[in-house]
Amino acid sequence: MSILVIAEHDNISLKAETLKTVNAAQKIGGDITLLVTGFNCQNVVDAASKVNGVSKVLVADNAAYEHQLAENVSLLVTELAGDFEHILATALTTGKNFMPRVAALLDVAQISDIIDVESSDTFVRPIYAGNAIATVQSLDNKKVITVRTTGFDAVATDGNAEIINLDTVTDAGISSHVSDELTVSERPDLGAASVVISGGRGMQNGDNFKLLDGIADKLGAAIGASRAAVDAGFVPNDMQVGQTGKIVAPDLYIAVGISGAIQHLAGMKDSKVIVAINKDPEAPIFQVADYGIVADLFDALPELESKL
Amino acid sequence: MKVLVPIKRVIDYNVKVRVKPDHSNVDLANTKMAINPFCEIAVEEAVRLKEAGVATEIIAISIGDKSCQEQLRTALALGADRAIQIDTDESLDALNIAKLLQKVVEEEQPQLVILGKQSIDSDNNQTGQMLAALTGMPQGTFASVVKVDGDKVNVTREVDGGLQTVALNLPAIVTTDLRLNEPRYASLPNIMKAKRKPLVVKPAADFGLNLTARTKLLKVTPPAERQAGIVVESIDELVEKLKNEAKVIS
Repeated sequence: MSILVIAEHDNISLKAETLKTVNAAQKIGGDITLLVTGFNCQNVVDAASKVNGVSKVLVADNAAYEHQLAENVSLLVTELAGDFEHILATALTTGKNFMPRVAALLDVAQISDIIDVESSDTFVRPIYAGNAIATVQSLDNKKVITVRTTGFDAVATDGNAEIINLDTVTDAGISSHVSDELTVSERPDLGAASVVISGGRGMQNGDNFKLLDGIADKLGAAIGASRAAVDAGFVPNDMQVGQTGKIVAPDLYIAVGISGAIQHLAGMKDSKVIVAINKDPEAPIFQVADYGIVADLFDALPELESKL
Repeated sequence: MKVLVPIKRVIDYNVKVRVKPDHSNVDLANTKMAINPFCEIAVEEAVRLKEAGVATEIIAISIGDKSCQEQLRTALALGADRAIQIDTDESLDALNIAKLLQKVVEEEQPQLVILGKQSIDSDNNQTGQMLAALTGMPQGTFASVVKVDGDKVNVTREVDGGLQTVALNLPAIVTTDLRLNEPRYASLPNIMKAKRKPLVVKPAADFGLNLTARTKLLKVTPPAERQAGIVVESIDELVEKLKNEAKVIS
């Protein structure tokens, strides 16, 4: 069997999540090809060629793919699909955008957000915001799958895959990129950080999120937020951890002023160790926390920072 | 311009779902059902486009048995002009839903189709993108701003790194994210009026499509329960536990 994995990147670096998606491909079993679609993305291609378990890296380096427009990327993947039984992408916003388009063009179902592989056609995925776990069998001859990376470990990066440049350019010509407003941060990505500290409605305003900075600096942590904090306009959407935001599973997750709504828990409950800081002893977050402290966050955060 | 809004009947988001003891599926018997929250945002966006003079007609559509007429009436009460129920007792895959919607798009010729980005039951996040592929339309998924501008629509999308704005040729598909708008509540007079708005029922079998299931649900289990831990008394104790017991900081 042969498997195509579509690399997740920003034209500059290969996202760590791709290494986990390749692990999912290894669990399915077969010859793994990595596809890099982008523009001026040589660094990504170099990194991709070192991913363990990958035999070939296909490269489509063209302006048409610079912004990963689903209309263009899906046409390319569909064109390449003939050689593969499985097509995998990471279940981040890019993969979620173009993969169902690929599936429909191939006239097959998509299995979204798998967290485990039972066999080459049977996969495990959360439904109902993670309140139930479904085991699903694909009846199609081609499987189009997105991978939730919290379910898989990263593969190593000491491989040496063959790099093949593709000539085909698929530009649907029906959409164009206008602008990006990307959050610039020195901190690690939420999805890749081993420590995440998140603030909720209890933070009261956006300024108070600065209280998390010192702790995040000391722990090398990414900073996240609950939906309530994002909806209230405290912080931008890309910080949201939860069912419809980012799904994270770091070694340490610190929830500050977060009550623990179902949809937030769905985004972080697979973290190894969870710490909750909340002044309400009845907050549901304490039911999933390994260590809870009932305290006013405005007292607890400066003290925690000073003692780390 | 005509706007089509496909909506889904799902478990009310406040209700905690239970898995059946035989692990065949979740138990939805006697459960409170509602319009999927992302679909509600889609209806609201269409209504705002109509109020802004951009949209001229809003058609709500749902695929399911007779019970989904309840959610179509909700959409009508929120401001949709007419509704279509595609009648089926089957629980269809997203691809088959998209194929049925494609037929309706061919018939109705909307300039814009607005859908929720995902339903809170199956959590697939597929239907809008699949419909876009089948109709050959561009897609603006996870939208937080939608602006129609002549023969294009600009969609600002919530992406991992922040926000991305794309320009799409019309007709186009938009899927909604949480912060696109805050849906209104239907007023009592509008709920009454909605009862008289047209709702057409079309059997799924009449579309001449092969709607065979492409996936098989083998089992549904409850997630591993996380055990509640301990409440520590002080920050000192917390730091000590994280260092020496959990060993996640040094």
